[in-house]
Formats: sequence, structure tokens, C-alpha cells
Amino acid sequence: MTRHALTADRTATRARGRLEAVLRRGDFALTAETSPPDAGAPAPVLARGGCLKGLADAVNVTDGAGARAHMSALAAAALLARDGIEPVLQFTMRDRNRLALQGDILGAAALGIPNILCLHGDDVATGDQPEAKPVYDIDSRELMRTARRMRDEGTFPSGRPIEPRPALFIGAADRPTDPKPGWKPDALLAKIDAGADFVQTQYCFDMDLLRRYLARLADHGVLERLFVIVGIGPIASAKSARWMNENLFGVQIPEEIVRRLDGARDQQAEGRRICVELLQELSEIDGVGGAHLMAPRQEEAIAEVIADSGLLSRRSAA
Amino acid sequence: MGMYAVRLWSVRHSRLLESFYQGFERIIVRLDPLWKRIGYERLEQPVAAVERQVKGLLFDCQMCGQCALSSTGMSCPMNCPKNLRNGPCGGVRANGHCEVKPEMKCVWVKAWEGSQQMLEGKAILDVQKPVDNTLKGHSSWLRVAREKAGARAQPEGRAS
Repeated sequence: MTRHALTADRTATRARGRLEAVLRRGDFALTAETSPPDAGAPAPVLARGGCLKGLADAVNVTDGAGARAHMSALAAAALLARDGIEPVLQFTMRDRNRLALQGDILGAAALGIPNILCLHGDDVATGDQPEAKPVYDIDSRELMRTARRMRDEGTFPSGRPIEPRPALFIGAADRPTDPKPGWKPDALLAKIDAGADFVQTQYCFDMDLLRRYLARLADHGVLERLFVIVGIGPIASAKSARWMNENLFGVQIPEEIVRRLDGARDQQAEGRRICVELLQELSEIDGVGGAHLMAPRQEEAIAEVIADSGLLSRRSAA
Repeated sequence: MGMYAVRLWSVRHSRLLESFYQGFERIIVRLDPLWKRIGYERLEQPVAAVERQVKGLLFDCQMCGQCALSSTGMSCPMNCPKNLRNGPCGGVRANGHCEVKPEMKCVWVKAWEGSQQMLEGKAILDVQKPVDNTLKGHSSWLRVAREKAGARAQPEGRAS
């Protein structure tokens, strides 16, 4: 099985974290997602995300998910890192201006967080305090550009030096689509130009669509320049699959999967089984760097799926 | 600079503007049934456009949609570069000018002066809630009419 040669970041002499190391040596990477709790103590962070230790190569920490206030992503990620769980710190553009974002990039690196993921963020109107001011001082692409500059040139956008530079593996979000004739991955190419080393995608349960999408990415040279980590997850029930189809932008769960869930006696267990099968299938697809497992507030289900997939034991010794 | 001179004039005449606004407010609150019949939603755009012109001229109004002029001596706090709505920052210069825009008098120094001439001037001590950004660009007048008319209707409703 050949994965892509690494050219995304020529300046790096060695991997900055476990996620990057796994991707670079061509092993199938496994990332998961956890959300910081509404709590003012460290224990609930570990109670949620702790089960992923040793299983996920890195764990994404969401930033104000649902446009609501929760424990800060930076603090929760630092707590995970302290406990030996490598975070992917998510940055949304909604709540902080460029100065705060730059400060938090340095803070993240200083706290041992090697990965960041730059996102737009849910609109404040969808949260529980819609009267809050949406910041959006810069967009996610500009943050990638800024982060890369801080890392590679060791300066803030103003030119002021940073010493030592932050070691960062820079990520972006993506959404696999069925490519129409003539479609080009312009958005993805722009993200690469802005500094993205990897992308984590929205849920993609349709492996045929994914193959068509990846073929098009390969045509445009994306896969040599970027690690693509594909989003999947254990679906809790047929009902939740239908809800996702109707409410999650860009998500299309194939009818066949919905039918399987519908017909199962234990839909939750069936959802996990389907996820394990998809994981194994994903790991065989050329051009896929890894899988990103998402299941809101169900970190244990993700841990179980990773363990059941047997993917970790198949790895080449590091 | 012309606009700025008008803004300063408004603060100097805060007492006059206060009485004018109190009369104006009484009328628009009393006309609530009419606004209801036309539809507040339908009135929103045209009224906001007029409000923007009038208050823009007099106060450099930024259309925050939650007007505080009656509590701030007719000096609009949204013209403070830091958008402070509860008093000045620590950077006011010795001559009473703004830390960020040295050519401008501190909005809150003017607010204090204006409030001292007003009948309800002590309202400057009321604590203003954080800005509700969903109201930005909307008419403050219509909001006041709807809310005050609603508040007046409520006790009667409870009595019956």
C-alpha cells in the first residue's frame, strides 16, 4: 500500500507530534474528537477524552462548539496533553481577533500542543447567546498563513520576531463532494497555498463517492502536498442517520447504511460495526492518510471502534 | 469636522433635546396601536432609515439599535473608540481629550457635561447592559415604542 510522499512541509526535519509522525511514515492515522465540558475543573475533561489515550493518534478539541461557551479549547487541550493525549487544537475565527489568535498559537505550542485546525466557526445566531459580537477579524485561511509564517519565518505578521518558533502541524477542514466534470479542488489548493499540511473532512460514509473525489484530488496534485484524513463515526441509530442527512451540511449517508441500522436489533452496536467496516475499507484506499472519528459526547464508542478495527496492531513498528 | 461640531452642539443643548425626545417618545408609544396595524416588521426599514439620518446628523449615531443617549447626556457612547457604554477608560488626557483620537474630546467627558444639564441626568449612573449585537442597524425608536407600550399594557391585563 503506497501513501503519498511527503512534500507538504519541506522545512520540517522531524515530526512535531505523533499524528504527523504516523502520517509521514505512511501508517493509517486515527484521530478522534472531544468537546470541552461546561466545567471549571480538569477531571471532566479527562473523564470524556481519557478513554482515547493510546488509541487515537490525536484528539481534536472543539472550540466553542455550537456557538456556545464551554471550557476554553486551549485549556482543555493542555489538560489532555499533560495526560499524554496529543491534541489537535481547533481554532474558530468567531471569538477572537488576530492578536488573541496569534497569542494562543504560541501558547498552544508552549503547552505541548503540536497540531492546530483552522475553522470558520458556527454562527453566534445558532448559539444560546445570539447577542454576542461575532469577531471574524480574519478568516481561517489567513490564520493558516499566519501560523505558517510564525512557524517557518519566526515572525508575527508585523515582522516582529518570535524566538523560539512554534512547532506546528497545520490543519484545515474539507468536505468530500461528488466531483462534477470539470470540477477542480480550488478551495483545497488555496488552503494548501495558505499553509495547510493536513485536512480533516466532514463525515463521508459513501466510499464510492470518496474514491471519485480522491481521484480528482490526485489529478490536481493535491495528494502529494496534503494529508487527507477522512471523517467518519459510529452512527447511534437509523433515526440519527436520517437526522444527519437532513441537518448536517454536505453529509449524505447511503441508504444501504440506513437500512442496515433500521433492521438491527441493537442499532447502536450495528452503528459501531458499520464504522469498524468503513475504517477497514478506508485504510485500504490509496490517498487516504487516516480517519477522523466524530461522535458528539460518545468518545467511548470511538475508543471501542478503534480497538475493534485492529488497525493499530497492523502498524509497522515505529 | 462639520459633523463633529453638530455633535458638540447636541451635547450643549442636551436639556432641549431631552424635552423634545420625551415628547416624541410619548407620541410614538401612544401610536403603538397604529404601528401594530401597519406592522412593526414592515415599518422597520423605513423608520430605521429616517432614524439613521436624523440621529446621524445630530449625534453621529452608529445605529446600535439600543439607544442610550438619554442616559449619556446626548453624547453617543458608540463614538468612543473602545465602544465603552459605562463611563470613560483610564486613558482620558489631562485636557479631557481621547486617548485613541487625541483631536476628539472624550465622549464620556462630554456625556457627563451633557447629563448635568438634563432633568433625568442622573440616569448616567445606571449601568448599561452589554451591547446586543443582534439589534445593530435596527430602529431604537420602534423598539422603545413596542416595549413601553407592551409594559404599559401588562399591568392592566393582570388586573382584568
